[in-house]
Amino acid sequence: MTILDLRLQEIHDQLQKKELTVSQLIHASLERIKEVDDRLNAFLTVDAERALQRAEELDRHAAEKQKGLLFGLPVGIKDNISTKNVKTTCASRMLANYVPIFDATVIKKLFEAQAVMIGKMNMDEFAMGSSNENSAFGIVHNPWDAERVPGGSSGGPAAAVAAREVYFALASDTGGSIRIPAAYCGVVGLKPSYGLVSRFGLVAYASSLDQIGPITKNVEDAAYLLQVLAGYDPQDSTSVQTDIPDYVSALDGNIDGMTIGVPKEYMGDGISPEVKERVNEALQVLEKLGANIKEVSLPHTESSIAAYYIISSSEASSNLARFDGIRYGTRAEEADNLMDLYKKTRSQGFGPEVKRRIMLGTHSLSSGYYDAYYLKAQKARTLVKQDFDNIFAECDVVIGPTTTSTAFKIGEKTEDVTDMYQEDILTCPVNLAGLPAMSVPCGFDSQGLPVGMQIIGKAFDESTLLKVAHAFEQNTEHHQARPNL
Amino acid sequence: MNFETVVGLEVHAELSTETKIFCSCSTAFGAPPNTHTCPICLGHPGVLPVLNKKALEYAVKAALALNCDITTESKFDRKNYFYPDLPKAYQTSQYDKPIGRNGWLDIEVDGKKKRIGITRLHLEEDAGKLTHAANGDYSLVDFNRVGTPLIEIVSEPDIRSPEEGYAYLEKLKAVLQYTEVSDCKMEEGSLRCDANISIRPVGQEAFGTRTELKNMNSFRGVQKALEYEAARQEKVLLSGGKVVQETRRWDEEKEVTVSMRGKEEAHDYRYFPEPDLVPVHISEQMLEDIRRTIPELPDARKERYTQSYGLSDYDAGVLTASKQLADFFEAAIQHVNDPKQVANWMMGEVLGYLNAKQKELDEVALTPESLGKLIQLIEKGTISGKIAKTVFQELIESGGDPEQIVKAKGLVQISDEGELAKIVTEVLDNNQKSIDDYKAGKDRAIGFLVGQVMKATKGKANPQVVNRLLKEEIDKR
Repeated sequence: MTILDLRLQEIHDQLQKKELTVSQLIHASLERIKEVDDRLNAFLTVDAERALQRAEELDRHAAEKQKGLLFGLPVGIKDNISTKNVKTTCASRMLANYVPIFDATVIKKLFEAQAVMIGKMNMDEFAMGSSNENSAFGIVHNPWDAERVPGGSSGGPAAAVAAREVYFALASDTGGSIRIPAAYCGVVGLKPSYGLVSRFGLVAYASSLDQIGPITKNVEDAAYLLQVLAGYDPQDSTSVQTDIPDYVSALDGNIDGMTIGVPKEYMGDGISPEVKERVNEALQVLEKLGANIKEVSLPHTESSIAAYYIISSSEASSNLARFDGIRYGTRAEEADNLMDLYKKTRSQGFGPEVKRRIMLGTHSLSSGYYDAYYLKAQKARTLVKQDFDNIFAECDVVIGPTTTSTAFKIGEKTEDVTDMYQEDILTCPVNLAGLPAMSVPCGFDSQGLPVGMQIIGKAFDESTLLKVAHAFEQNTEHHQARPNL
Repeated sequence: MNFETVVGLEVHAELSTETKIFCSCSTAFGAPPNTHTCPICLGHPGVLPVLNKKALEYAVKAALALNCDITTESKFDRKNYFYPDLPKAYQTSQYDKPIGRNGWLDIEVDGKKKRIGITRLHLEEDAGKLTHAANGDYSLVDFNRVGTPLIEIVSEPDIRSPEEGYAYLEKLKAVLQYTEVSDCKMEEGSLRCDANISIRPVGQEAFGTRTELKNMNSFRGVQKALEYEAARQEKVLLSGGKVVQETRRWDEEKEVTVSMRGKEEAHDYRYFPEPDLVPVHISEQMLEDIRRTIPELPDARKERYTQSYGLSDYDAGVLTASKQLADFFEAAIQHVNDPKQVANWMMGEVLGYLNAKQKELDEVALTPESLGKLIQLIEKGTISGKIAKTVFQELIESGGDPEQIVKAKGLVQISDEGELAKIVTEVLDNNQKSIDDYKAGKDRAIGFLVGQVMKATKGKANPQVVNRLLKEEIDKR
């Protein structure tokens, strides 16, 4: 146990009474990073100097100037979220030395809440991947088993939270990038409803699917963090003007009478038996707390993978076109002319998976193919949404596994691309439908690897989602387990 | 064989909003390079666009003024292509749901009226500006212009001659200026025009193969390019060749069109809906509010000038072709109730001066008030028309109050008969030959005598009075 294991309220009380200083918290985080990160590779940039400076500033604050529970807490940021004066690489050679001149809206909000940024975290290049093996700066290792992947694309944030390198982390989720690594690393990951959290400053992978969310050790922390992050941003036209409820007050443990839908497609043959067992055990816990379990169907689950990869790659092919070597980022040397400069810069700057998706997306949007791919994928997306609408007409939340298996071995799925793409089958339908979902730890398999349970909610009903997750957590001890490092 | 020219024009007009379409940078022209930029218009990683409501309103206003149907459920799309003046490598534009559709504009060529259809009007963002080094070693890019709101107005292929093309552009410019959505300054690039042109034998219904013309920098340039290209295509066809579908560049110096790229090299822009912007909804209320801001348009104004002020069709046409001229005219008649005189002065002296000096009305010192007062001074008989022209020169070059100028320079007309009679007697005493000529029936002799009186009075004598006095005095002799 370190101070970073203490509950939020406990840390807060100690800080208020000046029994604990922010500097101590930040030192604890930095020391832990020093101790374990050469084994994990979760961080791309550790900004110790500024973090300590900020800690000293905050330590001079009187108790009444401490704004809230996030005061002084060390937070890690996925490296695709823009941070002023701190490198934001997206784990790509293309942006290896790119230093933004502005903060993302979520970063401003975190700073206003007086959290302290420790550094920027490893990920799959431009958030494209499910295992964190696509980083240009080395793969991230799973804290539970260094031979295994941490999941992706937010492998750095999930591994770091699991290893107690930071108190919590901010990540992004386009097709499962928060939930998959959260499941593989045994932590809590929340992807909010599309439009709840501002995307301004998130380097876009797929604009209509991307959403920023927290990765935390427990549900309560997720609720506190979401409270700070959520809300309309005039700089993001797709952020929604909606009243933000008090998420923490929803954590009352009362799920009596709720209806939980379990899609049969989420408990089918493709899911590992041990994962199914853990999820079923979790469902029994919830049933005991008064919830009604109901089998439902998401018939378009299979098509959602194809739809997801076409839509996300199409948008990515356009979003990543700005990396042309003209204004910022990497520029190829010795180009003969403009076209040559483009080709060399992009050939050298992007890794293989990014190139693959740019090609896939470019093809899908090309004249003559648009209808067969992009347009058809959009139609499938509508069907996936309808599937969820049907279920939510009679269910409060939907529950299933987050992933089809537990963390796999590094290199195990890199041979077959489509095999890797199947990793997102249980998570990407949620992004297509714009819904909120979270992964919470629900036990371990026989190899001691964490299993994640996915809870999916109605659009903008994060409260119910958090309530169910919290009730489960309060009645189990899975979230207290921590990896031996 | 006789051929007919078929032309469709694509016009880009910069909207005169104060800020850019998706960020709050200034759109002012002429700032030092790259000073009107921010992470959003520079396309830095992670930025998002927010639609400028004024830009949308202006586009709707222009579409209404051009008689378009308004697409009330519209959206933006991305047009993808790589170029160093386009920071995001896509232009946020509109593809299948333009703000306006099925509009029209009436033109007049050689007294004949004609209606030109407008296929669509859509809203999009401008790109930056490249300057290529003379030695070809490097290019400089200025992003001040990037993100300036543009409307693209595409005409139907209804234009049948270069003259009609010119008339269409003049009329379009007038409408956009009247509605104040664009200042339409071609020299500052706030209005640009591309043309699609083909020819076909007279009587044939099917269109010929068209070429697209780019790089015309003035309305006359468009007309000349169309004339050249129609002749070129005719020559190709008459010599048994085929017109190749391609994009051609107008070389203003050599006055020829030159092939730029063929059909095969045409871009696939991979349009798809812009996911960073929400669909555009134009409410009934918004439409109504915008409709109410549309002023009297050129055609209606011209009609009023002929009907209410009795101006000739030609004068009314010239005055209303430019909002600036028409506004000036209307302001001037507030100071002197003689629209015809004001129109004469504007058509003659004012336009004459502007054309000679290649200046715009807002670049000279003349004001509607000073012109009105000047005309008033003539009508009151305070100064002669001849003196008025001298005063006008000063007004248009240095400004001032006509009455004060006349006083200060002692230009007040002499109408006092006693004073003039003395001079008349003197002149007649010295010009017996002219008296004899006049009496012998040479009417012209009187002109000489008037001139002599004018000379003696430094042009200030009232010509009517002088004329009468001369005749009376001659009769006595």
